[in-house]
Amino acid sequence: MNFDPRYSGRNFSSVGTRPIRPDGVDKVTGRARYGADFNMAGQLVGRVLRSPHAHAKITKIDTSKAEKLPGVKAVITAADLPDLTDGDASMYDVLDNCMARGKVLYDGHAVAAVAAVDARTARQALKLIEVYYEILPHVTDVDEAMKHAAPLINDAIFTEGLEEKPVKPSNVTKRSQFGHGDVHQGFGHADFIVERSFKTEQTHQGYIEPHACVANVSSDGTADLWVCTQGHFVYRQHCAQLLGLEASKLRVTSSEIGGGFGGKTHVWAEPVALALSRKAGRPVKLVMTREEVFRASGPTSATSIDVKIGARKDGTITAAEATLRYTSGPYAGMWAELGAMTAFACYKLDNVKTVGYEVLVNRPKTAAYRAPSAPMAAFAVESAVDELAKEIGIDPVEFRIKNAAQEGTRASYGPVYGPIGIGPTLEAAKHHPHMKAPLAKNQGRGMACGFWFNFGGQTCTDLNIGMDGTVSLAVGTVDVGGSRASLSLVAAEELGIDYSHVKAIVADTSSLGYNDMTDGSRGTFSSSMATISAARNAIKVLRDRAAQMWDIPVDDVIWENGQAIAKGEKYGNLSPLSLKEIAAQSGKTGGPIAGHSELVADGAGVSFATHICDIEVDPETGATRVLRYTVIQDAGKAVHPTYVEGQYQGGAAQGIGWALNEEYIYGKDGRLQNAGFLDYRIPVCSDLPMIDTQILEIPNPNHPYGVRGVGETSIVPPLAAIANAVSNAVGVRMTHIPMSPPRILAALEAEG
Amino acid sequence: MVEVTLWGSLGTAAGGKNKVDVEAKDIRELFRKLGEQYPGLEPWIDRGIAVSIDGVIYRDTWSKELPQGAEIFLLPRLAGG
Repeated sequence: MNFDPRYSGRNFSSVGTRPIRPDGVDKVTGRARYGADFNMAGQLVGRVLRSPHAHAKITKIDTSKAEKLPGVKAVITAADLPDLTDGDASMYDVLDNCMARGKVLYDGHAVAAVAAVDARTARQALKLIEVYYEILPHVTDVDEAMKHAAPLINDAIFTEGLEEKPVKPSNVTKRSQFGHGDVHQGFGHADFIVERSFKTEQTHQGYIEPHACVANVSSDGTADLWVCTQGHFVYRQHCAQLLGLEASKLRVTSSEIGGGFGGKTHVWAEPVALALSRKAGRPVKLVMTREEVFRASGPTSATSIDVKIGARKDGTITAAEATLRYTSGPYAGMWAELGAMTAFACYKLDNVKTVGYEVLVNRPKTAAYRAPSAPMAAFAVESAVDELAKEIGIDPVEFRIKNAAQEGTRASYGPVYGPIGIGPTLEAAKHHPHMKAPLAKNQGRGMACGFWFNFGGQTCTDLNIGMDGTVSLAVGTVDVGGSRASLSLVAAEELGIDYSHVKAIVADTSSLGYNDMTDGSRGTFSSSMATISAARNAIKVLRDRAAQMWDIPVDDVIWENGQAIAKGEKYGNLSPLSLKEIAAQSGKTGGPIAGHSELVADGAGVSFATHICDIEVDPETGATRVLRYTVIQDAGKAVHPTYVEGQYQGGAAQGIGWALNEEYIYGKDGRLQNAGFLDYRIPVCSDLPMIDTQILEIPNPNHPYGVRGVGETSIVPPLAAIANAVSNAVGVRMTHIPMSPPRILAALEAEG
Repeated sequence: MVEVTLWGSLGTAAGGKNKVDVEAKDIRELFRKLGEQYPGLEPWIDRGIAVSIDGVIYRDTWSKELPQGAEIFLLPRLAGG
């Protein structure tokens, strides 16, 4: 990297302040343009026909009647999306998920699509497409799918990661294992052992904005795609590969995004819209309905997890073990592997072993969901940790502090930790007034810790200085949580100018170099690094231009507080030149002034959080109410503290929904029964208390300002914190998420 | 020469070894030599492997140097939301 990313310990003027976000007015007045807000002249309406079966062979598709319907301009099937993946197995899965090829693998799997002059005609056309199915046995439950007698979803899958190559195909695509020491020996040294099994149900990311795009393919081989996505450069690569286009000829523009949370990191509808447009010769707008979003996009894994933890009387954990089974939909994934890596990452363990199994089921293809896989693992582990603390008779916070990982600890997933923040979050929780607040009857308090990796990635940024001295910042990471404000603060900080003079935009794929997606909590971490680098490159140009204006050597010009200063007594009569003054003369000193940066941001650093939650349970109905919730998390440096708090609160709110209500419910026929927000209940404002936050700032040594990613970790502890709170309120250990009223009542009745 | 620790499943692909010695100055050379010495690792390298150097995880900086004596740990390439 041509840039030194090390933390410099500087004092800040702009970073750390809380200005109004640049996209705020547009969003509250309705002017902001989301995926479905874009239109092109002559555009058609795209609609997708989806499988009503969980698992079936497609024996024939007859589209002839639909094609003859007046107003229909194109009908496509998998035949219009030939396999161009060239042996890339994961892209083949994406292609098959976009449009079924030979078999449908879940209720909602796309089988055909139409483009017509209006929505009514498109809907009529879908009804005229005749699909002949041979229904196959299906399986949707993770434990059932692992049984030898379970229906096979893909007979070409043989379990990876086994010592001996299996001879029979299986629904288990991969076994992964992590850990160190000898757990058998460790359990031998334990005075107390807790061993429990847990389940979590499948949830959807629940973004408010459905998937939406407008595709326009020209006869000259160029194409445009307007789309709601977390990563338009990645969408360009995927779509170009799947449609046989040259990436440079496909311009993808990202819209504002009404939530993604990992669910908008790979393509679903976009290749279909492009294929329709290519066939019809006109632009095609394709917007998923909410039902389609539930049936065919997202969701996260359903899981089944066994945990065993042993400790001595003094509270030292001697061994920890977990077996984690995660659904990945009908395609291979790495979700259990991530669960196995994160499960015990908060703790200092001499003996630890985790085993993950990736399990195929007839459900939609699993997509990432905010710190993917970690919340379920944390639910199981943190529940067992709480129970073990109780058995030993030690305070659960003290128990965690005693066993918390620290610098020099070998992480359960392998490497030795550098400086980390789990200890400070636990100490902050211990001293937080929330922990001492009184509780009434039927109320319980729970707390839990969470871990997530965070990462950086490929990033490219342009910074252009106008002749009036204002600054345009073009970034390639989609703004999912206020990053345009944060990055403007960073540019202002580095240049030494006011925030109001910087305008950040998310540039399209033809205007900027490649950027990885906004995922892995990388948006502000990576793009702030690239913005600092671009600003420093622009400052080099500004110094050079000032030197020309003064007619002195550039080495005698320094940049301080937003202005060029001639260094040395011999220049005593030269007044500093402001950025605005230098910009005004740019046409006569060499032309436009700009700074560019392309880099790979690595060294994001791992992230920890501790959450505290108070819950009231109605023992008659099993209904729950969250009374109070506190999030404590390390941000490294909060560039815009309000948006860091927003990330903390958002993760907690989603975790609360996941813990208490959200759940995919399948019928015996393998069809999803609650594909809508009436029956799949996400929390609304009236369900939530004000979520309190405490930002800790332990600088990341691998970022110039000390910034860490903050977007994902906040969803890791809530399932466990809430389960511990409910368990403490009702006196029964809750082992199945979501803890919906019927499930709480059933647990109470089972306990007698 | 650096000692490289492989996570469980990767060790299986390397013939059951969980630690290997490789003469490599940076991540790029490490992957090239691992592929040469243990052909079973090539498909894994193609799919993406992250490298932890003294606890800091690198996914894409193949030019990153591997300091003598550093703890080098290979991990699955991470996904995020």
